[in-house]
Amino acid sequence: MVVFEKPKSLCDVPLHYCPGCTHGIIHRLVAEAIDELGIEGRTIGVAPVGCAVMAYNYFNCDMVEAAHGRAPAVATGIKRADPENIVFSYQGDGDLASIGTAETVHAATRNENITVIFVNNAIYGMTGGQMAPTTLPGQITQTSPYGRDVKHCGYPVKISEMLSQLEGPEYIERVAVNNVKNIRAAKKAIKKAFQNQVEGKGFSLIEVISSCPTNWGLSPEKALQWLEENMIPYYPLGVYKDRTAQKEAESK
Amino acid sequence: MSEKVLMKGNEAIAEAAILAGCRHYFGYPITPQTEIAAYMAKKMPKIGGCFLQAESEIAAINMVYGVAGAGKRVMTSSSSPGISLKSEGLSYLAGSDLPALVVNVQRGGPGLGGIQPSQSDYFQATKGGGHGDYKMIVLAPSSVQEMASLTVKGFDLADKYRMTAMILADGTTGQMMEPVNLSEVEVQHYDKPWAVTGTKMQREHNIINSLFLEPEELEKYNFARFERYKEVEENEVMVEEYLMDDAEICVVAFGIAARVSKNAINEARKKGIKVGLIRPITLWPFPKKTLLAAADKVKQFISVELNMGQMVEDIELATKCKKPVTLCNRTGGMIPSPQQVLAAIEEADKGGQA
Amino acid sequence: MPKVTFRTDWCKGCGLCALVCPKQIIVIAKDKINQKGHSPAEITDQSKCIGCAFCATMCPDCIIKVEK
Repeated sequence: MVVFEKPKSLCDVPLHYCPGCTHGIIHRLVAEAIDELGIEGRTIGVAPVGCAVMAYNYFNCDMVEAAHGRAPAVATGIKRADPENIVFSYQGDGDLASIGTAETVHAATRNENITVIFVNNAIYGMTGGQMAPTTLPGQITQTSPYGRDVKHCGYPVKISEMLSQLEGPEYIERVAVNNVKNIRAAKKAIKKAFQNQVEGKGFSLIEVISSCPTNWGLSPEKALQWLEENMIPYYPLGVYKDRTAQKEAESK
Repeated sequence: MSEKVLMKGNEAIAEAAILAGCRHYFGYPITPQTEIAAYMAKKMPKIGGCFLQAESEIAAINMVYGVAGAGKRVMTSSSSPGISLKSEGLSYLAGSDLPALVVNVQRGGPGLGGIQPSQSDYFQATKGGGHGDYKMIVLAPSSVQEMASLTVKGFDLADKYRMTAMILADGTTGQMMEPVNLSEVEVQHYDKPWAVTGTKMQREHNIINSLFLEPEELEKYNFARFERYKEVEENEVMVEEYLMDDAEICVVAFGIAARVSKNAINEARKKGIKVGLIRPITLWPFPKKTLLAAADKVKQFISVELNMGQMVEDIELATKCKKPVTLCNRTGGMIPSPQQVLAAIEEADKGGQA
Repeated sequence: MPKVTFRTDWCKGCGLCALVCPKQIIVIAKDKINQKGHSPAEITDQSKCIGCAFCATMCPDCIIKVEK
């Protein structure tokens, strides 16, 4: 009996990501959620600009490549064109929390019935390791070579905290993919984010704390350790907003 | 039976879009085109369509990109500064070969400029605007009736050639009221097997994309796209010739400038001056052949524009500089008066180059 | 009996599977090199595998199949 194999919604091609990059894990979790909900034939994914720019080659469903930061607007268009279809965007921190902040906030506040997978690894990967909106204070990158100086360039953007203050969104959760336990929790969250859309509940965003061994200058193993010791304390995991659960709690 | 109704130019565009099967509109408020959004906001919910006010021009054009990718007729409208913001999306639409209709009701620029009519986005519309090698079909209405008919035509051409069609109007044609006949709209239908509609597990996945990291591949797509552009240039030029049979002076003007020019030409004809008008209706593809043929008959061209002389360059190129091209213009939201155009014609008639 | 198979030609040798294996039976085969130029992961003692699929859960390249 097969207990684990590649999900059908992932194309049978090798991924271009660096060794130990956790994008591949997150891709798989998205594909597993699509498989388990039986929605591949009506799912449309929107790829970002960033390391996951070629995600359109990896998911078996219909795919659209968006301009940098515009994935939530593109996803809005696709969803409005046919609300029966399931639409997700897959975005990194530069894409979603810097150049695309407006699109993110407004898709959330409209409670657009889409699923957003937000991969936060605190750095721009594809362009070679520049400071991201989520780069930690003091963190060294190519464009913060002396460490992120918050007096000079401000503080990291905490997307889950920020969006959970809006009336609009249905579901906001932050997860991590640094160990098996957290990956299983991330899977549950991602599946819920798709399930919410299937049920017409509205905007769900899962922020996934992720590693970038190459641009952090660490081995894959050390990168996960760094993630646990530095990122998770700054970006605490958990459910930030669950409107349905909130309503149920209030009605009791 | 033709039924005429009195409509504002902007409303005629909106109603014609609906008649053309457009059920998705995304926009952001900007003068002088906001009537289009207001009309859509009223109508779309009643006919099962979608009007959505976007958070920015950039978001609006990317919503357009999404619907276009999903294979449905979609439009946005704006005015000059807003089109600058949309230019990123226009480039992506071109790079992904998606059909869409974009309306630019031009106002004076550059920068925030003004809110009065202008034609100063001619270069932006006809030469690209966004980055990369691409073209848009650019349609220039000069009456409220054309605001409607060119909107329908724009959707058809966009679908046929998988391109963006732009209605390049101006504040005057947008705001003025005229009788319009909308009863004879015929709409073409095009299959879109490339669209992202969900695989239904019955086909390979479709990908809407403009990224090609292998230069050979990107070049191949660019060459193929320009083959299609060549077809558009061969088949889709629209131009009006007015009193050109015996003309010795040729006024070239589009949109509101053409209307003013016609008045001036009529006055000049009363004075015995042999002057005619060539009015490009498609600014891209530009009516090169018509202009080149005219260059062998007339002694001078006068380009009447609401800008600092942008179309002049295309006239010179099309006519291979066989005859002088002079400029009769106003800018910054001003419109040349018929008297100004008449004076330019009279000057040309005297042999001087106005 | 549990069985783990690696699609070795796609392995990037990141070692995350070895890191999470509770039985410590996965190693990066330093003496081998695949087409991509990486030393791939391999199993040292299949008989000790408990089929927990931790390795597959952690693998960023989805190259591990687990059967029981």
